Amino acid sequence: MGKTIVEKIFSSRCGRDVEAGEVVMAPIDAAMIHDITGPLAIQKFREMNGGRVFDKKGVIILFDHQVPADSIPAAENHAYMRQFAKEQDIHNYDLREGVCHQVVMEKGLATPGKIVVGADSHTCMYGAGGAFATGIGSTDMGFVLKFGALYFRVPQTILARVKGTFQPRVGAKDLILSIVHDIGADGATYQAVEFAGPTIRDMDMAGRMTCCNMAIEMGGKAGIVAPDETTWAYFKERSDVAPFPLESDPDAKYSGVRDYDVSRLAPQVAVPHNVDQGVDVKEVAGTHVDQVFIGSCTNGRFEDLAEAAEVLGTHRFSDEVRVLIIPASRDEYLKALRAGLIERFVEAGALVEAPCCGPCMGGAIGLIGPGEVSLSTSNRNFKGRQGSAEGKVYLCSPATAAASAIYGEITDPREVRS
Amino acid sequence: MRAWKFGDNIDTDAIIPGRFLTIYDPKELASHAFEGIRHEFAKSVRPGDVIVAGRNFGCGSSREHAPHALSGAGVRFVIARTFARIFYRNAINVGLLPLVCEDADRIRDGAEISVDIEKGFVESEGARYRIEPVPDFLQQIVNAGGLVDYAKDLTEVETCTGSRR
Repeated sequence: MGKTIVEKIFSSRCGRDVEAGEVVMAPIDAAMIHDITGPLAIQKFREMNGGRVFDKKGVIILFDHQVPADSIPAAENHAYMRQFAKEQDIHNYDLREGVCHQVVMEKGLATPGKIVVGADSHTCMYGAGGAFATGIGSTDMGFVLKFGALYFRVPQTILARVKGTFQPRVGAKDLILSIVHDIGADGATYQAVEFAGPTIRDMDMAGRMTCCNMAIEMGGKAGIVAPDETTWAYFKERSDVAPFPLESDPDAKYSGVRDYDVSRLAPQVAVPHNVDQGVDVKEVAGTHVDQVFIGSCTNGRFEDLAEAAEVLGTHRFSDEVRVLIIPASRDEYLKALRAGLIERFVEAGALVEAPCCGPCMGGAIGLIGPGEVSLSTSNRNFKGRQGSAEGKVYLCSPATAAASAIYGEITDPREVRS
Repeated sequence: MRAWKFGDNIDTDAIIPGRFLTIYDPKELASHAFEGIRHEFAKSVRPGDVIVAGRNFGCGSSREHAPHALSGAGVRFVIARTFARIFYRNAINVGLLPLVCEDADRIRDGAEISVDIEKGFVESEGARYRIEPVPDFLQQIVNAGGLVDYAKDLTEVETCTGSRR
């Protein structure tokens, strides 16, 4: 019987044949903690009589949810984690680099075939680079910091096969919103979602990251794309990993196979208050928006900002809308700066912030008030997610966000002329 | 014990909103539990009350603040048709028992409810509903009193390779 890519990763890291459904105590190659879930993980590690962490090079520490510190408790959390990093001699990226998942990817810390965990649900994003990566809680993370291992039920895999060429201004975010809508908010619970097919092969790493990032929105334990030339080229300049074969066998056993054709896919918008409530943009076109947020680990990369800038063209953003643009990392910020995108956004009326999670989790800057509507390129539209529970959050692509920011209402990006 | 009934897809932002995540004390978290969606919960919940929900309870974030907010309110059990994976695991780890019950929908909001873990059922208004047993490998953690107690005295774990790297 053939194996899925996920079964192969567990088999290789476990040193024996492992199948979906088995419970294993697997070794962990890298573990990420940030300023929200990290302090509790450290506390749990200490309560477990932690001592030294399992591998100081395997622990990634950074701050992104509340940076720069927006309250005294946030500053205390940062100080607590800085102290831990120092005491354990762990490199601390602190608040300099950006959003955790983007930083882990661009520093080459989650390469193909590795098992990586993060104390954040969107850790599944690293599957874009062929790692098995999943989000865990703080107590599990305390255990990982101590032992460098964790219990897993090796997940079954749903295969999402994608073909067709996107229409202009339609892309990865529209695809994943439509897949989440199709599979449902809990359709992939306890399973991995493998993205495959010619459309994924043609997709750049930024698009693959957007897709894998949102696997959790279907309940998925992981998202994954088999490494190919695009993957190896991405890691070539970021790590010392050399290409090796890693893909599902043709006769691998999947828990489900879904086929998608993107050729006629329209821009998608997830309406409040669930991520699987995706609709074609035309169904909500004209909806007034108070704030537009372009950023987050889902869509704050250079490619996303470039897509938004292309739609913006020589327009201005509406004075009726607060436009918040937050690159996902320092590297992405610099690329956008050097390409002139930042200047264009500021000129058009946007507020550009230093790399951080922004309003995505509703813990820090850019919150919305009662009755307000946010249109966002991030990954969740739960009630109260970006501030007031009486507000509403819609999710979309960077192209749709930019188009809507020009007119102050949800707008099909294909209808914007430059 | 009273049942607090919720619907499907109750996410972790609904259980405890992001702006309270600098708090780690379960009791203080409890004072903001379900703040955006059910204001009376934090004020009226009594120790021993039970959360009853539909499908996909606890979807969303990995924040352990969510099960802590419920255990801080004195809740020991969450009974749902299905749970989101990370919440389920977090709940086990912090000593809040997630119980899967296909008939959770039949339990009324505010109804008296009792839970019999040993015999594997919940009872409410004269009806008994079967609950699924907690899987073996998690039962060990529950029996130890949570993952911290389970891990405290371990000096080493055996990974599936038979040794630590």
